[in-house]
Amino acid sequence: MNRRNIPSLIIIISTAIAMASGFLVLGGYFFAQNTNGQASLLSDIRLTLLNWAIILAGFAIFIGIINLSQVHFKKIQNKQKGAFYSLLLIVSLAATFLFGLFKPGQVEIVFTTVQLPVEASLMALLAITLTYASIRLLRRRLNLLSVIFLVTALLILLGTAPLPFVGDIPGLSDWVRPFIAQVMAAAGARGILIGVALGTLTTGLRILFGSDRPYGGNK
Amino acid sequence: MSIGLGIAGFGIVFFSSVLMLGLAFLHRKKPSVFRDIPAFTRLRQAVGLVVEDGSRLHVSLGHGALTTPQSASALAGLALLHRLANLTSAGDQPPISTSGDATLAILSQDTLQAAARTSERANFDPTAGRLTGLTPFSYAAGAIPAIRDENVSANVLMGNFGVEVALLTDAAERENSFVLAGSDNLVAQAVIYATAQEPLIGEEVYAAGAYSEAGPLHTASLSVQDVLRWLIIAAILVGALLTLAGVL
Repeated sequence: MNRRNIPSLIIIISTAIAMASGFLVLGGYFFAQNTNGQASLLSDIRLTLLNWAIILAGFAIFIGIINLSQVHFKKIQNKQKGAFYSLLLIVSLAATFLFGLFKPGQVEIVFTTVQLPVEASLMALLAITLTYASIRLLRRRLNLLSVIFLVTALLILLGTAPLPFVGDIPGLSDWVRPFIAQVMAAAGARGILIGVALGTLTTGLRILFGSDRPYGGNK
Repeated sequence: MSIGLGIAGFGIVFFSSVLMLGLAFLHRKKPSVFRDIPAFTRLRQAVGLVVEDGSRLHVSLGHGALTTPQSASALAGLALLHRLANLTSAGDQPPISTSGDATLAILSQDTLQAAARTSERANFDPTAGRLTGLTPFSYAAGAIPAIRDENVSANVLMGNFGVEVALLTDAAERENSFVLAGSDNLVAQAVIYATAQEPLIGEEVYAAGAYSEAGPLHTASLSVQDVLRWLIIAAILVGALLTLAGVL
């Protein structure tokens, strides 16, 4: 066989395996029971394939961490901007790894005392970022939809958080806010979710047919 | 799942498949006409600029794990990454991709490598497709330096995000770079609408392939979505009428 044909052959084989696996999992989902009410063969195959996928995803995390380290080692090596933070990341990664190795029962201390507070601060930062972005929205896109967006956000905020010394605003807290949140927003959200579900279905079908191949290289 | 429900589900998927393949075959030579989505027009311009000024394109795929239903938007993002990586292959700097899930990071590397192979670029850098963090906020915190420090002039954020997407859009805006963002998550969509330069709402995320001329099946999938949407509208109306009549 010509060596040049090997990548094409790999693509054909990987596509065939992916399509077969996809159809088997889909079949196992729809025909999970046989007429006796017991789990069907397709259902067993589906569970086996999904278990394999979960094991592979576990290995992928290991590869991902190697990739993360590579990116930051490269930054340190090339003395790029932010190399100090990369060094901090590598040291923290190694320290957490060693801590987990020698004190496996207490590794969650790292997450509760470092990771969680840092993420909570990012969440707080997000509140400021969103407020600032909402103010800039009118400057960036001055149209009717942006005005409706901001007015709705303001009404929901006023209706949700009671004002100091005033408390709940009559009419706003007990009528306007529930109407917007439970009728208008819920109706709009359902419409968007139906659209997302249809998009998910067609994306899945394109991958099943091998039109989109996020594996083995697209050609 | 009961047998009846399973057969109904299979029927919907089978009908959609036949419709998609049939429409793709019928429209394979005829260029399709879509409604204008300004975000995609501006994306094409931004990609052109990336090639012209020798800057970089950044595609972020979110943190929807492949073993969860949230992966569909990331897979749509991967299809767009492949298309954009090919379009920018003539540029000085290859695109970079960030993700918050390890399987997505591996797939993005594979996609970028395939694009490098197609463009016969001499060397492929495996760190171009990278995992930046495993929790939503650590992922965002890791992706911000990529937006800020790597000469990026266009950002495409497409996948499963949460509210942390605002940190990414804010970082991009501070660098005066182009941002197109879309997610399958409702909360993230609201945040994206408020913060991103070019937001994609609802199923527009899944239309990226068709608008970037990725192939006849992408075009056909939009038509299938439209047909199914009309069928759902009809079913809702019939259901409402039958309820009013006291039949249901």
